[in-house]
Amino acid sequence: MTLQQLSLFLENRPGRLGAPLETIANAGINILTLSLADTAQFGILRLIVREWDRAKQLLEDAGWVVNLTEVVAVGVDDRPGGLAAVLAALEGAELNIEYMYAFTLRRGDKAILVFRFEDPVRAIQVMKERGLHPVDAEELFNLTT
Amino acid sequence: MLKELWNDAEGGFHPAGAADFLPESALRQVQLTRLRAVVSRAYDHVALFRQRMDERGLTPSAIQSLDDIRQLPFTVKTDLRDTYPFGLFASPLGEVVRLHASSGTTGKPIVVAYTREDIAVWSEVMARTFACCGMHRGDILQNAFGYGLFTGGLGAHYGAEELGATVVPVSGGNTDRQIMLIRDFAVSALCCTPSYFTHLIERAGELGVDLRALPLRIGIFGAEPWTDGMRDHIEAAAGIRAYDIYGLSEIIGPGVASECAVQEGLHLFEDHFYPEIIDPETGEVLPDGAEGELVLTTLSKKAMPMIRYRTRDITSLITEPCDCGRTLRRMRRIGRRSDDMFIIRGVNVYPSQVEAALLAVEGTLPHYQIILTRDQGLDQMAVEVEVTPEVFSDKVRALEDVRARLAKAIEHILGIRVILRLVEPRTIARSEGKAKRVIDRRHEGT
Repeated sequence: MTLQQLSLFLENRPGRLGAPLETIANAGINILTLSLADTAQFGILRLIVREWDRAKQLLEDAGWVVNLTEVVAVGVDDRPGGLAAVLAALEGAELNIEYMYAFTLRRGDKAILVFRFEDPVRAIQVMKERGLHPVDAEELFNLTT
Repeated sequence: MLKELWNDAEGGFHPAGAADFLPESALRQVQLTRLRAVVSRAYDHVALFRQRMDERGLTPSAIQSLDDIRQLPFTVKTDLRDTYPFGLFASPLGEVVRLHASSGTTGKPIVVAYTREDIAVWSEVMARTFACCGMHRGDILQNAFGYGLFTGGLGAHYGAEELGATVVPVSGGNTDRQIMLIRDFAVSALCCTPSYFTHLIERAGELGVDLRALPLRIGIFGAEPWTDGMRDHIEAAAGIRAYDIYGLSEIIGPGVASECAVQEGLHLFEDHFYPEIIDPETGEVLPDGAEGELVLTTLSKKAMPMIRYRTRDITSLITEPCDCGRTLRRMRRIGRRSDDMFIIRGVNVYPSQVEAALLAVEGTLPHYQIILTRDQGLDQMAVEVEVTPEVFSDKVRALEDVRARLAKAIEHILGIRVILRLVEPRTIARSEGKAKRVIDRRHEGT
């Protein structure tokens, strides 16, 4: 039910973001979504791609340190209050959200929220109990193509 | 034990090794005889030595015992620069068959010379070095020390041939080819700098070559200080025993001292090189076991004798007998050079201290570099550390935590603030010779 997210270490200086993206673009791998966390000194690029194992290998061969993390994606209605409703549903479950990011789908009226939980398995269980709809990799990539 | 160490594939015994096991009294007698001869030679043929001894009212006959060496003046690196290129030679050029020179990063290089006899002695001490590290006839040695003006390449080459090993004279660099040869030739021993071997391990991993599965069993590393942590990493990652060897061009090149199977200190080939430990500040000779600067006198060099040469390397002598049976005294591994030391905000810092801190936090030693800058008159020390898969996390908090722990560990040891920067893998230049750990930009354009 979880999604595989690739994370890369980048130095926070001009031009560093382009190189890894080019590496996977050259291999014909499309990025579904990404997020960039940055501090004054370094950044962490997080990527969701369908062929994560191939992308990971390519990036590692090109010299990046790549980390593989399980994240949870949830579909919500793309309207005001969509995210708030999800957060409200999770409230009180004592799920620790490390970080999250969101993107909308090209078609339809859905948005996808990507969560990094401390404990993704329990998070999925809680979400289902509370009527939320976590999407797995197959479902997610079907929605986007 | 003796037989075991010197057995070659056919059970033979290398004659040069006998000197490793001389009874102490015989060894001291050899040293005294040779010391008197070399002091006479230096006095008779080298103007600088004669002048310095005359100034102190000394003649070679002042040397009646080994302790009399303490009356003699020291020789320092600048003496070699000041007499560049041939001013310290004690042999006419007609007898000199080889010259080597240091890389000369600051001003003129230093030049060293060898007669045919010197080359024979050098070959002998390097053969003894390799034997000390467990090599014998039948071994295939890949010699990845640089061939050329640097003494490492040719010194190791002649020594390994003297021992009867098969030498692959690949020299430094071209790491992919090095790895191919190790595999294709079933190389059993390899010598290079420890930092280059670390790079080779990394590259072998990228190429999918498991060094542990290959016949390589002995690594002989020298020309720069390295830590026990690096040894553990190298031994585990390559499936070899890693030995530290010591030498310097001014004395002969590699072949001054070597670890044995016990790996607790390096046996000094003291029948050729007489060691003393002094207080680097006062020049006073320190008692056995005390830590100080190593001073060496060449006992048998012809072309370029060195009298009480100050090596700038900090160590101590171990006089207790070694389990390997060699009677040669040992010196502790060189952790630091008084040359490598830099002073920042009044604090003396050795790169090895930074290394120890990084090792303590990460478990293995990451690639790192120290950069010194001056900002409005204030010295800054930055340490750049490459991110490894072991410490990388997708969480900012976790990475900030690694960075803070590294900085704190260094600050705890040094007592000064450092700027710690995590950098991308492979952004710090890899060395094919000696690793450059410190970049001092304090005098650039300010």
